Amino acid sequence: MDTMRERFISVTSRLLDEDRRLAVVLAEISMDGFRPAQERHPDRVINVGIREQLLVGVGGGLALTGLRPVLHTFASFLVERPFEQVKLDFGHQGTGGVLVSASASYDWPAGGFTHMAPGDVALLDTLDGWTVHVPGHPDEAEALLRHAYAAGDDRVYVRLSQQSNAAPRPLGDLRFQTVREGRAGVVLAVGPLLDNVLAATEGLDVTVLYAATVRPFDDAALRAAAGRASADVVLVEPYLAGTSAAAAGQALVDLPHRVLPLGVGRAELRRYGTIDEHTAAHGLDAGSLRGRITGFLR
Amino acid sequence: MTQVSADTGLRYEDLDRLIALMTGAEKHGPAATSTLDVLWVLYDRVLRVGPGNARDAGRDRFLLSKGHGPMAYYAVLAAKGFFPVDWLPGFGAYDSPLGHHPDRTLIPGVEISSGSLGHGLPLGVGSALGLRAQGLDGAAVWVLIGDAELDEGSNHEAIAHAGSAGLEALHTVVIDNDSATHGWPGGIASRFEAAGWSAVTVDGRDHAALHAAFTAPHPGRPHAVVARVEKKF
Repeated sequence: MDTMRERFISVTSRLLDEDRRLAVVLAEISMDGFRPAQERHPDRVINVGIREQLLVGVGGGLALTGLRPVLHTFASFLVERPFEQVKLDFGHQGTGGVLVSASASYDWPAGGFTHMAPGDVALLDTLDGWTVHVPGHPDEAEALLRHAYAAGDDRVYVRLSQQSNAAPRPLGDLRFQTVREGRAGVVLAVGPLLDNVLAATEGLDVTVLYAATVRPFDDAALRAAAGRASADVVLVEPYLAGTSAAAAGQALVDLPHRVLPLGVGRAELRRYGTIDEHTAAHGLDAGSLRGRITGFLR
Repeated sequence: MTQVSADTGLRYEDLDRLIALMTGAEKHGPAATSTLDVLWVLYDRVLRVGPGNARDAGRDRFLLSKGHGPMAYYAVLAAKGFFPVDWLPGFGAYDSPLGHHPDRTLIPGVEISSGSLGHGLPLGVGSALGLRAQGLDGAAVWVLIGDAELDEGSNHEAIAHAGSAGLEALHTVVIDNDSATHGWPGGIASRFEAAGWSAVTVDGRDHAALHAAFTAPHPGRPHAVVARVEKKF
């Protein structure tokens, strides 16, 4: 199986052949993968060099001329470093584009904190109107990328990761899906953390919802699940803990409820090692999740 | 494509009066009008854009990156018929489309919403690349920045890339009123030239010199015009 990032390169390269509105902007990252597409479409595969402010500004300029820009680099350099460009060069202009990141929260633990971006979704949450896709499998990544490219002038963020569930889920209408039903509480699993959540809740009487699209937040699905079960809600997100706590609170505003937000810790871990070691350190492995979920639900 | 303007009958000589509608004052500082002559020559004689073709894909684009002090910009746009002169007295008011920084979604003919420095030139690079990708080779992109705005690193990313990419459609006008605290030893034009641009420095009040600088051929290269005006006060 290829990675989400490899799938991004292959599906986008194909779609550049079919959709003349698409244009890819890179800042060196993934350039080798896009070289064949660049040879076919030199004007629509643009590498600006190691210039991330320009990466976003150029995407904004392409959108002003009517193209559908696809901007790609590691999340730290795509969302965090040029954040004001993301805010002003799309939202304030009233235009849209597709940001596609790689590296996620800690895909390269041995590389250290400079290449980790657990806060990216929380940061985008300060802006209006961004759709956020967090695929849990390369097949889901392909489906969501195709959806993002075809989404008119919408502003869309697609967060790709090395981490993946064993099998894809059909995404259909981008709503939260009910994977399992129970009465003791609701656990919302986001993207690549679904397998860990399913293992953690094995044998527990809880509803498990799955989200590969977190913004817009599917208020109706969470309300319905919390209405059927106890309104004790656990959020399990592969980025900064608490990122969706406000959205969940808004969805459940007229329902007495409790929320336990789980995710990547705010404190810098200052460890290298492997993805699995970091997942465990943040308490997001199946065993840790089971303890935290059962402790919350009592 | 040629400019499609609505003849309002307003001329260069009317601009001071139009600006006064916004400030309410008969006199105005150089900061507010440092761009006035550059804007007039561009809109009157160079840019192939007017109210009649302001939405055409192949129009020339003018991007005001230096969004501060936009009164001269608004006066020129009103004189050229992009919006009614009677919008001007509302400048900055809650129900006016004319803010102290322009908003492209509120004002006809305004290509970018600006205010924060260092965004216009990267957007201009993207616009030039987007026009090229769509085969709209006849359209020119013009970005107006200030000399102190060149402090922003994003502009240097844009200058370096546009030069190496040979973006002939891209033009930058730098209004140089010595605003940058640390200055630009060697002159501003040298920064552009070192990055592979064509560059020329002219008197920013001399209409004939500006026109000549704006229309100078620059095959295969982006073009920068440094327009010198009075020092900031």
